[in-house]
Amino acid sequence: MKIKKGKLLIDQHDKNFMYGGKFGGNFVPETLKKPIDDLTKLFTKLRKDKKFLKERDECFKSYVGSPTPFIKLENLTDYLKGAQIYAKVVSEANGGAHKIYNATVHCLIAKKAGKKFIVGDTGAGYAGKMLSMAAKKFGLKCKIFMGAKDIKRQRPNVEAMKKNGATIVPVTTGSQTLVDAVSECMRYWVSNCDTTHMCVGSTVGPNIFIKICAWSTAQISRELFIQVKEEFGKIPRKIKLLNCVGGGSSAIGFWNEFMDTDAEFVGIEAGGPKNSNLHAAPLTNGSKIGILHGAAQYVIQDKEGQIGSTESISAGLDYPGISPLHCFLKDTKRARYTSANDEEALKAYQLVSKLENISPSLEPSHAFHEAIRLAPRLKSSEVIIVNSCGDSIKDKDIIKQKLGSYKR
Amino acid sequence: MNSKIAKTFANCKREKRAALITYTVAGDNTKSNSLKILNTISKSADILELGFPHNTPIADGGQIQESSHRALKNGIKLKDVFKIVKEFKNSNPDKPLILMGYFNLIYQSGENNFLKNCKDSGVDGLIIVDLPYPENKKFSIKCKKKSIDFIQLVSPTTSDERMKKILKDSHGMVYYISMLSTTGGKLKVAPKKILQNYNKIKNINRSKNIVIGFGITDKTIAALKKADGLVVGSQLCKTITNSLKKRLNTAKVLNKMVYKLKKKII
Repeated sequence: MKIKKGKLLIDQHDKNFMYGGKFGGNFVPETLKKPIDDLTKLFTKLRKDKKFLKERDECFKSYVGSPTPFIKLENLTDYLKGAQIYAKVVSEANGGAHKIYNATVHCLIAKKAGKKFIVGDTGAGYAGKMLSMAAKKFGLKCKIFMGAKDIKRQRPNVEAMKKNGATIVPVTTGSQTLVDAVSECMRYWVSNCDTTHMCVGSTVGPNIFIKICAWSTAQISRELFIQVKEEFGKIPRKIKLLNCVGGGSSAIGFWNEFMDTDAEFVGIEAGGPKNSNLHAAPLTNGSKIGILHGAAQYVIQDKEGQIGSTESISAGLDYPGISPLHCFLKDTKRARYTSANDEEALKAYQLVSKLENISPSLEPSHAFHEAIRLAPRLKSSEVIIVNSCGDSIKDKDIIKQKLGSYKR
Repeated sequence: MNSKIAKTFANCKREKRAALITYTVAGDNTKSNSLKILNTISKSADILELGFPHNTPIADGGQIQESSHRALKNGIKLKDVFKIVKEFKNSNPDKPLILMGYFNLIYQSGENNFLKNCKDSGVDGLIIVDLPYPENKKFSIKCKKKSIDFIQLVSPTTSDERMKKILKDSHGMVYYISMLSTTGGKLKVAPKKILQNYNKIKNINRSKNIVIGFGITDKTIAALKKADGLVVGSQLCKTITNSLKKRLNTAKVLNKMVYKLKKKII
């Protein structure tokens, strides 16, 4: 298994839409074959269409707010006395997270497809919030599927979705988190695929959704590539790009343009509570390949193939599977993966918010933990960049509950 | 073509009626009760579909989800499913039984191992919801080698060109999904329209036995009785749920329901 140079990662699949012959594919009910096929054809056309690309870039610039800042975390670097730590503050994008890229592109596609309705899943609520925002902008009716447990723990984002006029469908089956929201959203699409466009909130699901999402979040590294060159005059040889991974959409977008460089990629999964067997880290903990939501991937499951329970303090990472693209990056050793537990993420959140002018949400706090752990062991000539892909404001309830108070 | 499934369709045709196909979930609500249910309803049902439950079923509606959940909560494992099949087949050797479920369980168990267990226990056919054509090509050939019918699904969204290809590679029986829906949805398409689509498929190859499923209940079944076969699933799962709530004898209640369904199509 090998990654080809000079070819976009999303296009490195075989005729069965499998990456490395093992990951991805389209394991879907017959009813979805045609809508997926139609969407695939449309997207293939649109991504070559100069007018469409111009429209996208215009949206990213004036609506999403491109480029998002690239800053040196001077205080954190001084405090840790090792590698230079930088952050790509993607949380400065409109809406407060990277999910806006995928949501915007899906709405643009839905318009081109002539669909009036759009549905999506959400865990942390960011994917839902952004989809509801973009849907409102583009005049689409929006429905968001969200686990009942997540509705409770991510209240600020739920309120935002309501304000944007979206219908929120609470999912009360199974664990009542992201995995069930994605299932329920797909079920809804099976029943309404003739009138409705579906947006999968991360780089998971049938192949076309992985492609559209990764193609959209790639904007992050398009910007970063330029920003890094401006800062250092070139792409430094010893550079590490750290990103949390749940479904894996922000990490893929953060790494895409650096694929053929020497940059080291580190993905940080959710290790779950410290003294618990539950986690959301299938790559770190050696889960087996299985089929989840239409794609083959490493997935937390039991011996029989029943999808396993997960637990994480961060709703956005609380997912038993992981993008087939990350499985491919892991097996080709292009990226390495590790995990941070709930407590480590919280501590990292505290330290970064105390020392710096940014306040990462609990998802990127997992990545900041790894940066804090690595930096003191590295030389000051080395560079670590963390994707700060979400803002802590959405986690204020959890942080208040865990730490006693929340300041922003 | 002398599979038990084919023979059953031939018998039904001789009697000039549609085959009644039931769907229940293995282990719902217990292992022994689900076997009892199979034994009881097989008096009226022509072919039995037995679901092997998965906890992330992306094409199933609330009723079947609930049945699957109950079965899994009671600890049903694949080996139990095969045991139920074997015991059922011991007392009903000629009654065709089709297993239905999601691919991940087969993937984990290993395709060859799974098919061996199917063969050993007496499974006649397989429906894998999330293994569509052409992804299922290799697996369906493996099934054929073991004389197990791999049942292809077609839906209202299947294009004509695709339909022809699927039918060409199909075994004796093909499952037509009546409408855009998960299982257990309300029939939102007129039966006349469904039969029109059914005839379109039938005209591609008249030798295939085409069954219609999704949204079929005691209220809608009569209108579709011209088909080769009709599948009722969610209504049976719902009947189990209700009879458990009322603490009734599930097998008995279900038997009545299946009898009623049968009466509507003969």
